[in-house]
Amino acid sequence: MRVPVSWLTEHLETDERYTAEQLADAFVRVGLEVEEVTPLGPVTGPVVVGRVAEIEELSEFKKPIRYCRVEVYETDDYEDMVAEGSDEPRERGIVCGATNFVEGDLVVVALPGAVLPGGFAISARKTYGRISDGMICSARELGLGDDHTGILVLPSGEASPGDDAVELLGLDDTIIELAITPDRGYAFSIRGLARELACALDVAGRDAAAVDVPEAEGDAYRVRIEDREGCERFVARRITGVDPTAPTPWWVRRRLMLAGIRSISLAVDVTNYVMLETGQPMHAFDTPSLTGPIVVRRAHEGETLTTLDGVKRKLDPDDIVVADDSGAVSLAGVMGGESTEVRSDSTDILLEAAIWDPASIARAVRRHKLPSEAAKRFERTVDPKLPPHALERAARLLRDHADGSIQPGRTDEGAARPLAPVTMPISLPDRVAGIEYDRGVTVRRLTQIGCGIEVGSTDDGKPSVTVVPPSWRPDLVEPADLVEEVLRLEGYDTIPTELPKAPPGKGLTPAQRRRRTVARALAEEGYVEVLPFPFVSPTVWDDFGLPAEDSRRRTVTVLNPLESDRGELATTLLPALLDVLVRNVSRGTRDVALFNVGQVVLPKAQQVPVPSVGVADRPGAADLAALHAALPTQPTHVAVVLAGHRQRPGWWGPGEQANWADAVRAAEIVADAAGVELTVRKAELAPWHPGRCAQLLAGDVPVGYAGELHPKVVDALGLPKRTCAMELNLTSLPLADRRPAPSPSPYPPVLLDVALVVDEKVPAAEVATALHNGGGDLLEDLNLFDVFTGPQIGEGKRSLAYALRFRAQDRTLTLEEATAARDAAISTATERHGATLRA
Amino acid sequence: MSAANDSYDPKQVAALAPETLQAAVEQARKEFTAVGDLDELAAAKPAHLGDKSPLMVARREIGALPPKARSEAGKRVNEAQKIVRDAFDLRRTELVAERDERVLREEGVDVTLPWNRQPRGARHPIAMLSERIADVFVGMGYEVAEGPELETEWFNFDALNFKKDHPARTMQDTFYVAPADSGLVLRTHTSPVQIRALLERDLPVYVVCPGRTFRTDELDSTHTPVFHQVEGLAVDKGLTMAHLKGTLDAFARAMFGDKAKIRLRPSYFPFTEPSAEPDVWFEEKKGGPGWVEWGGCGMVNPNVLRACGIDPDVYSGFAFGMGIERTLQFRNGIPDMRDMVEGDVRFTMPFGTDAS
Repeated sequence: MRVPVSWLTEHLETDERYTAEQLADAFVRVGLEVEEVTPLGPVTGPVVVGRVAEIEELSEFKKPIRYCRVEVYETDDYEDMVAEGSDEPRERGIVCGATNFVEGDLVVVALPGAVLPGGFAISARKTYGRISDGMICSARELGLGDDHTGILVLPSGEASPGDDAVELLGLDDTIIELAITPDRGYAFSIRGLARELACALDVAGRDAAAVDVPEAEGDAYRVRIEDREGCERFVARRITGVDPTAPTPWWVRRRLMLAGIRSISLAVDVTNYVMLETGQPMHAFDTPSLTGPIVVRRAHEGETLTTLDGVKRKLDPDDIVVADDSGAVSLAGVMGGESTEVRSDSTDILLEAAIWDPASIARAVRRHKLPSEAAKRFERTVDPKLPPHALERAARLLRDHADGSIQPGRTDEGAARPLAPVTMPISLPDRVAGIEYDRGVTVRRLTQIGCGIEVGSTDDGKPSVTVVPPSWRPDLVEPADLVEEVLRLEGYDTIPTELPKAPPGKGLTPAQRRRRTVARALAEEGYVEVLPFPFVSPTVWDDFGLPAEDSRRRTVTVLNPLESDRGELATTLLPALLDVLVRNVSRGTRDVALFNVGQVVLPKAQQVPVPSVGVADRPGAADLAALHAALPTQPTHVAVVLAGHRQRPGWWGPGEQANWADAVRAAEIVADAAGVELTVRKAELAPWHPGRCAQLLAGDVPVGYAGELHPKVVDALGLPKRTCAMELNLTSLPLADRRPAPSPSPYPPVLLDVALVVDEKVPAAEVATALHNGGGDLLEDLNLFDVFTGPQIGEGKRSLAYALRFRAQDRTLTLEEATAARDAAISTATERHGATLRA
Repeated sequence: MSAANDSYDPKQVAALAPETLQAAVEQARKEFTAVGDLDELAAAKPAHLGDKSPLMVARREIGALPPKARSEAGKRVNEAQKIVRDAFDLRRTELVAERDERVLREEGVDVTLPWNRQPRGARHPIAMLSERIADVFVGMGYEVAEGPELETEWFNFDALNFKKDHPARTMQDTFYVAPADSGLVLRTHTSPVQIRALLERDLPVYVVCPGRTFRTDELDSTHTPVFHQVEGLAVDKGLTMAHLKGTLDAFARAMFGDKAKIRLRPSYFPFTEPSAEPDVWFEEKKGGPGWVEWGGCGMVNPNVLRACGIDPDVYSGFAFGMGIERTLQFRNGIPDMRDMVEGDVRFTMPFGTDAS
């Protein structure tokens, strides 16, 4: 909300002159967020009121250009000046591109020598073939607002030519822009803000809504509230004989302008002005356009309403409407209807000030996408005692400035619901703040914000206060709310600093430690961690070549994605990771190895609806279980992608391209870091290359895949050739619980080599397993040091050469024993895989 | 040299004459000194220490002496032999040292040659900063709590005292998921983890919850729709706002140095009452030391405690939350937040595996 300092200070009863900065600081101290403090201007030099004497349209240009004679002195004043020897011209010739004025209008003229906001210096200059001896100004050029649709035309009678415009326009003012938090609806007005300032500065304030409301004679109009829940109160006042041509007084226009609201007509301007001042939004009806009594109700199924913006809207049965015999005539609290709006010839006006149900208004705004100044206030709640006062203020403005006569009747349906009193120990603020406030602070501060207070005692005899919040503070419902009022007004800076003593914690959980270890291990292995967004395009599954029934296609869809083509939540980390890979390559980094540890979202086959659970108390076990069951599974995955060189070429010789084995190795690094042994098995799964894809298992449980990507996937995604990837489900890896501590044998080993010829289809891992099984406890380790195929070995065969290390735990192993164990290892390989010793 | 050999038997043995021995010693010394390397030294050795060397020949003559003279002659030969052997050993030590030094010199390389065969990796600074923050609180006795990123509205809003249809819900621009009535959202803050912690853990609860969060902000230099937060929550008997301030002060010092401190501005969050926004005094602030906005905090709203079955008359608590991207941005002077999310390895590499 943008507010001029001059408007705020009008409501402070103090002789102190506060600077805008002091006021802004005071706001911040009590919890209002100041977004900007903007002084108007600066304007220097001669800026005066002028009267347009003559307009000459210059038609030889592409756009309309006017050459105007503008009087910048009244005749009498000018004659005096001449008598005193002045040789200034009485009229100035000024070129102007705006057309929203006529001869006789009062305008603001910046004369040569003037400097407007932004350092815009005015001088006499030749333009469009004429000498322009100054400038006729728009509101924006004067720094009064954003309106640049035309020049600023002042209402006649408000000023005379030659008047100093800086003073007239109040250009020495400052605008404070505040962000109003949703709990403080009352602060959405000069009334509320001035009250906050008075509290913050500890000075008395004037209630901006303190307009006395005279006794009424009967109703202003017949109104029936059918929906009491939607409408707490409906007040109306009728003004007749309004001069529809009456202009809005300059001071009203100026304040609207500074608040960022456009002037439309006196009736509309007045309702907006009173809304800014008091916080009560209002609506003006053209009384003769109403047919029959007003009924306040929810919209009927299928009912429509053409709103002020000319849009025909289908109403929802949850919408609150103001209706007459013709149907809905206004979307309550949000926007009026076209059929009953105040027109340029309206003379009979019915002003409505009502209190609407905040939640209903909030829903209507969302449904119809119609945020408005009025709705902003209603959804934050409006003081229900305000309507008659605000109406009176508005009616009087119409009377005073448009010759209207206020009709004696007033409609006042419904009633302000009283706010419940809140009782709390008088020392609760002290207890929450951790400080001992001076005696009487609680009562003083709560009184200051307008509460009614009664001091009593609690059941156990301690002093307490029973507090009736003022009608504009429905947010004060709990002791904690009152505590905040005391604390913020006393100042958070008075609260001391103390470190609580937490009980001893158990440190990170094994899963948390594991995630760190895994990440560090991958980083140390040369992978760079990235944190891509989890939003993926559904087309990526086709690029991945996933079959239609693949579970990774079953995603959760975001309803309002930022990028409409990336609306799915990732079921795998790979698409996003590959995007980042491509980005790096396109920026010239060709050797890329990336990793990501993150949650994926795996919807259940059968979506379970979220139960409706209250918040008054802890949910029951069944409700909690249902809440948990409604969520998709979200395991933590770890994935790597890599392309280019894994070992760089250099002066030392050639490099090594990243290959499928690096991807498998990355899985093993993760497993090592996690203290889990992985089994690697050949597999076929998109998006991997069918011949270069490994399935990774922990025990019998598949936990992931690794290998080179399918060349078609590489093409489809524009990846570097032979891009490799690994992804595994970290959550499904068993947590290593106290890793084994071996006792290394101090006895010497026996080293024996063996070369086995097997069918080339037999996986090396299985041969190794067979050797391990056959070699028994004595086989400490084996290392595959050569893989060979060739005619010597035979078609379809390969030779696997292993270095075997045998050792006994309790003695020096003899060569005979080691040889026997080796033979046993070989025979197991022979039994299982037909391995023969290479000749 | 020895005294005069008056007592010698008249049958003098020339080989044992002191002069002869002396000459042999001198000769050996001279030759050992003259050799240039270990091979030459080895070649020179037999002539002076071998079986046919003068001293060995002399030793064999000792038996020819009268018994009385043998002991003295033996002593003389021994002495001479020791001198020769010492000369040999000395020279050999010298030559070995020379050789070793030469070998090392010959093995010398250009140590300025680059050796970056194996590319380095790195952790993401956001991940590391999250861990570091967690460590600060673990050091104070807190535990690290976690929760899912796709959350039920009940955890993300309801239980945190966001009333239905209250504008506070729309303050946090939320990603909703299909179907429209799914009741699920991408969590807009890490605060739902507070609720999970309070429902799952025994009191008192002191937890810190780092995690990824989501809001529908367009990506620009100061906003990102996917970001990270760290949330702290303490619920215990007798906790006050002074405890909140003290905790934030300690946190600020751990993150920004000993001069860092916190001030609180009143604010509004549905899940805290009273609520505040902390500013941190940051010495290295761009343009000079000053206050920097740093998240939100407050005393846990009694409604939140009630929703978790905790009696607000017995227990109280405080909570706070900060954006990690924002923290990293001002702490490390990163002008554009997009660098943190795009994953360009050139941005991440310099952070290595420790983001201090």
